[in-house]
Amino acid sequence: MIYLDNNATTKVDPKVLEAMLPYFKEEYANPSSIYDFAKHSNHAVKEARGVMKDFFNAENEKEIIFTSCGSESANTAIRGVLNMNRNKRHIITTKVEHPCVLNLYGALEKEGYKVDYIGVNSNGELDLAQLEETVNDDTALVSVMYANNETGVVFPIEKISQIIKSKNKETKFYVDAVQVTGKLKIDVQKLGVDMMGISGHKFHAPKGIGALYVNSKTLITPLIIGGHQERGKRAGTENVPYIVGMAKAAELATDSLKYEATEIKRLRDKLESNILKNVFNARLNAGIVNRVPNTTNIGFEYIEGELILLHLSDLGICASSGSACTSGSLEPSHVLRAMNVPFTAIHGSIRFSLSKFTTEKEIDYVCEKMPSIIEKLTNISPYQDELEALKRLKH
Amino acid sequence: MWDYSEKVIDHYRNPRNVGKIDNADAIGEAGSLACGDSLKIYLKIKDGIVTDAKFQTFGCGSAVASSSILTEMIIGKSVEEVKKITNKDIADELGGLPPEKMHCSVMGYEALEDALKNYDDYTDLDDLRNEQANNEKKEKIVCTCFNVTENMIWDAIKVNGLKTVEEVTNYTKAGGACGRCKSAIQDIIDTYYKKELSENTLSPAQKIIKINNIIENQISPELRKDGGDITLVDIRDNKVLVKLRGRCSGCKNSHMTLKVFVETTLRDTVDKKIEVIEVQN
Repeated sequence: MIYLDNNATTKVDPKVLEAMLPYFKEEYANPSSIYDFAKHSNHAVKEARGVMKDFFNAENEKEIIFTSCGSESANTAIRGVLNMNRNKRHIITTKVEHPCVLNLYGALEKEGYKVDYIGVNSNGELDLAQLEETVNDDTALVSVMYANNETGVVFPIEKISQIIKSKNKETKFYVDAVQVTGKLKIDVQKLGVDMMGISGHKFHAPKGIGALYVNSKTLITPLIIGGHQERGKRAGTENVPYIVGMAKAAELATDSLKYEATEIKRLRDKLESNILKNVFNARLNAGIVNRVPNTTNIGFEYIEGELILLHLSDLGICASSGSACTSGSLEPSHVLRAMNVPFTAIHGSIRFSLSKFTTEKEIDYVCEKMPSIIEKLTNISPYQDELEALKRLKH
Repeated sequence: MWDYSEKVIDHYRNPRNVGKIDNADAIGEAGSLACGDSLKIYLKIKDGIVTDAKFQTFGCGSAVASSSILTEMIIGKSVEEVKKITNKDIADELGGLPPEKMHCSVMGYEALEDALKNYDDYTDLDDLRNEQANNEKKEKIVCTCFNVTENMIWDAIKVNGLKTVEEVTNYTKAGGACGRCKSAIQDIIDTYYKKELSENTLSPAQKIIKINNIIENQISPELRKDGGDITLVDIRDNKVLVKLRGRCSGCKNSHMTLKVFVETTLRDTVDKKIEVIEVQN
């Protein structure tokens, strides 16, 4: 099997699993208990919090909240900060956010909030001028993803933070950083963000664990109310093994950042340029802009994405698609639509996302198989005249 | 991931009859590139028999499989037989499709219908059968996102017995994007079932058979679970005379059983005016 869907989820690093196991077996104590037996698990959570502080480059360990996933991080931050500023009713986000955030804003609109959605250009870059115009005195929150999950396009978070704060110092800034963990170095202080959410399973920790950074100047109400855990910001007995696992994954991710930026980027570029060169109806869905090193999104004109994925799957290759058919929704990707990807290509868009476990041999295999799969499917298409014209244009 | 049947998988992996027929006798199209799936079907017809069929499809696995199996289903059949094929037949032939993918079978049906409409000798049977129903109003586009007409929704409800807006979306795509037409779809569903119930098209003999079948296959097994049973004694207009047996006879709740369970089931499935009466001996 060749797994090129690492933006969906990643393989748990064996070292992560190893670090977790003692906390399933011997060290099962509740970290809040007072006997000696609980000391190890208590220390493990403290240590993990320290690792995550460094991972975010936060100022203080108290700024780290462990959650169960990226969606919980986002919900806690967004609802939490709005609850603390009830007199402000304006929110700004982007048209290309992850559904976990977009659907939350949809719900908030129904609750009476005004939400503005900032657009992107055909390269996937955010319209910063529109953002600047939109921030006003009533703006409680701006939320922007660090990198887009479908295209890998990285947004200039530091610059966006400056724009927001120059217009309204009190506006809080939430960053969904789920897609940059393990791919780019995170530095919340340099970026100037108030809150940032991440998810463990996107960087080789297991599913079911996430983290939220909330700087000490930002007050939030908890989403889950109950015990005193996470300093009252998130009730529920600490998920010790998973917290330990995510911290281990964060350490490993920091160690492999350079590998990500060079080797994984090289493999991604190889895959991308090969396909674009050898498949006449392939086009890159993003411009030559700042992207995370592991992601490429390629549209195949006049063929449908699910059909491509099924044929890739027959060869053991896992990728994903922005096509409507794969998701069960009837509309293609909101991200690609916001980028105005032509409708000839939007339904045939495929995302490949690599990881540190991807090998050159695997990439070579995909490069070798891709042209024949696309050729087979192109022959089924009813748009033979258009395809013929495209072919002539390309040569 | 979709749970596709083996037949669907076989047909998208190895689609049959791909391509176009030069000088075809009938060509039909359905769907569009913008909507994410489209299909072109080419027919060769000789002496009223479909002698060859080919297709070209832009769409997902189930769209290709639906088109592919459709060509197999129609080659060698008479035009009269081909006209009777519905989207349900296509889905059944494939060993079923996931609910969200039923619109692929509908697209196959629509392309076939379009081809036959374009075929010279073809007279629209539906028009003859349903002259009144097929008025202009039904060509009205209900879902502007996916260009779905009232007629298409009506047909899908009729052939597949659809009852909810969600089902209509799965079969026709209507309402699947902006969702603004959802209330209009609900209206069509309501109108359809109101009409179906009021028309009461069953002949007296059909009605008796239907009531008997429902008592035997739906109602009786339920009562038997509780140690009782029911027999049909007679049907006079809308009065259904039954005899309760076993533990049901003499049970304090037998009146409730009759009114709430037996009568409601028969009213829902056969006729709203049905009244169930218990007879002794």
